Amino acid sequence: MSENNKLVFSGRVWKFGDLINTDLIMPSKAFRLPKHEQHTLCFEAVRPEFAREVKPGDIIVAGENFGMGSSRPIGEVMRSAGIVAVIAESINGLAMRTCVNSSLPAINCLGASDLFNDGDIARVDFLSGLIENLTSGKSVQTHPMAPLLAEIVAAGGVVPMLVKDGYIHAEPFNASSS
Amino acid sequence: MGLTAIEKILARTSGKDVVRPGEVAVCKPDMVLHIDLPMAIEGAWYKPKKIFDVERVAMIFDHAVPSPTIKDASAMAEGRRMAREFGLKHVYDVGRHGIAHVVAAENGLARPGELLVCADSHTCASGGLNCAGRGAGIPDTLQAMTKGIVWYPVTPTIRYEFTGAMNSMVCGKDVFFHIAQTWGGHGNTSIEYGGSGLKSLTVADRRTIATMSAEVGAEFALFDYDELTADYLQGRLDRPATPAQADKDADYLDVRTLDLADVEPYVVLPDAIPKNGRRFSEFKDTVRIDQAFIGSCANGLIEDLRVAAAIVRGRQVADGVRFIVTPGSQAVYLQALREGLVETLTEAGAVVTNSTCGACLGYHMGVLAPGEICITASPRNFKGRMGSHDAQVYLGSPATVAASALAGVITDPRRAART
Repeated sequence: MSENNKLVFSGRVWKFGDLINTDLIMPSKAFRLPKHEQHTLCFEAVRPEFAREVKPGDIIVAGENFGMGSSRPIGEVMRSAGIVAVIAESINGLAMRTCVNSSLPAINCLGASDLFNDGDIARVDFLSGLIENLTSGKSVQTHPMAPLLAEIVAAGGVVPMLVKDGYIHAEPFNASSS
Repeated sequence: MGLTAIEKILARTSGKDVVRPGEVAVCKPDMVLHIDLPMAIEGAWYKPKKIFDVERVAMIFDHAVPSPTIKDASAMAEGRRMAREFGLKHVYDVGRHGIAHVVAAENGLARPGELLVCADSHTCASGGLNCAGRGAGIPDTLQAMTKGIVWYPVTPTIRYEFTGAMNSMVCGKDVFFHIAQTWGGHGNTSIEYGGSGLKSLTVADRRTIATMSAEVGAEFALFDYDELTADYLQGRLDRPATPAQADKDADYLDVRTLDLADVEPYVVLPDAIPKNGRRFSEFKDTVRIDQAFIGSCANGLIEDLRVAAAIVRGRQVADGVRFIVTPGSQAVYLQALREGLVETLTEAGAVVTNSTCGACLGYHMGVLAPGEICITASPRNFKGRMGSHDAQVYLGSPATVAASALAGVITDPRRAART
């Protein structure tokens, strides 16, 4: 749930370990599904219940090198599943850009794994870098999101920015499958 | 404090004299590569209304060529339409195709000292030629090719100083595995490679190491420019390029020396790369394989095919093993034909396929069934990467893969050396 559009979110935590790669977040067989179904394969190999049980407003908390891997649109897919924020001990550089460019805010936070258990309620303030566990009452301070990245997230991502400025068409291109 | 070579490229392309770690640089790309896959993923692509510079946007089909599905065929039809609409100057359609990073190197699109954008995570391949490229996403590429901008966090840089030279049957791939084993992940840092040992590393080995740098989570990965780079680029560039060189007092997070003679052949176990490798001298397991693969942006170069052909010449692939070899480009394929490598590999029982990303990402031409085991000279061993989640993917050098294909089990390539 967003508070005043200030990039503050609170929601239930889905906790993952280290080295959650792009192919686990979005297996390549999802490329061939309609966009609104792609998230049904999200984390299928490691948490098969995720797609069934995730609720709009939930938050991902992960360990080291979250999102390691390819350029596939993992930000879009997690957002489609209902995820509103990603917090990890470390986020892979490409994953960070893929999330931010898709308006899914993501932040590096040392100590995030120890701060949360699965199912806790997290509150994350991207502009101040304060990460709180509302269930336990504990918190960690991390580096705030860079202003340019926060602007992209707040604008709804790169695609709406490019549409608004007349660089691209507003509707996605969908390659025919028949 | 001076600048690293990567900082210099980011500074120049963002119109500044200096950039420092902690900043976000908004840069103008020198080249943008557009590939087929973004147009084939449902809902991921938006048709451009403008192109920032038709000389600086290249269309290269690689992930699914020739098209295995109607959706891929439709994606590439849209790519052709777009290339015609805007009059793109660099188009590599089926017949002139290849893996984007290989085609870019061969055709002078990855230029020393410049900045290259592509929606593929192994874009750091260009770093082998002193061209800065870090894997970007689909929105990045859209923004780069239309508006002509791309943002990068400026990260600290780690420098590797190579000394010495590799031993026989050790490949550039093993040098990368050694780095990943010794130092683990490099998240949120860039890497520069140089040192007196650089002269013993072929440009092909450098391209392999640069490509693989994505697998330790590096941002940019850049090799110093030297005479070997210049020799490779001779006749490939259509305008002069200015290589990037770090200042003598550049500010590195760490400087690490690596004697190439200390590197042994490695095998990397399934599911992850950093700290997940084994030197063959301490790898005693007997791992039977169903498939052996050589190809991809990391190991689809002519040098990789030569290594494989030299090992299998006059021998036979083990019963029950599928040995698949995918050249990195049409140019590599043609060169392999001319040198007789296709014949040698085929006589040994290998399948030499058309050039594509194909089996590496489990998309087509070599997908694994549940329970199968593959040893591969490609960049990734993620669970499910090459097909079923219940398949296992081990990584090795082209020499290791060829030796394993003959033995039917994962094999130290030094055991396949001819006396």
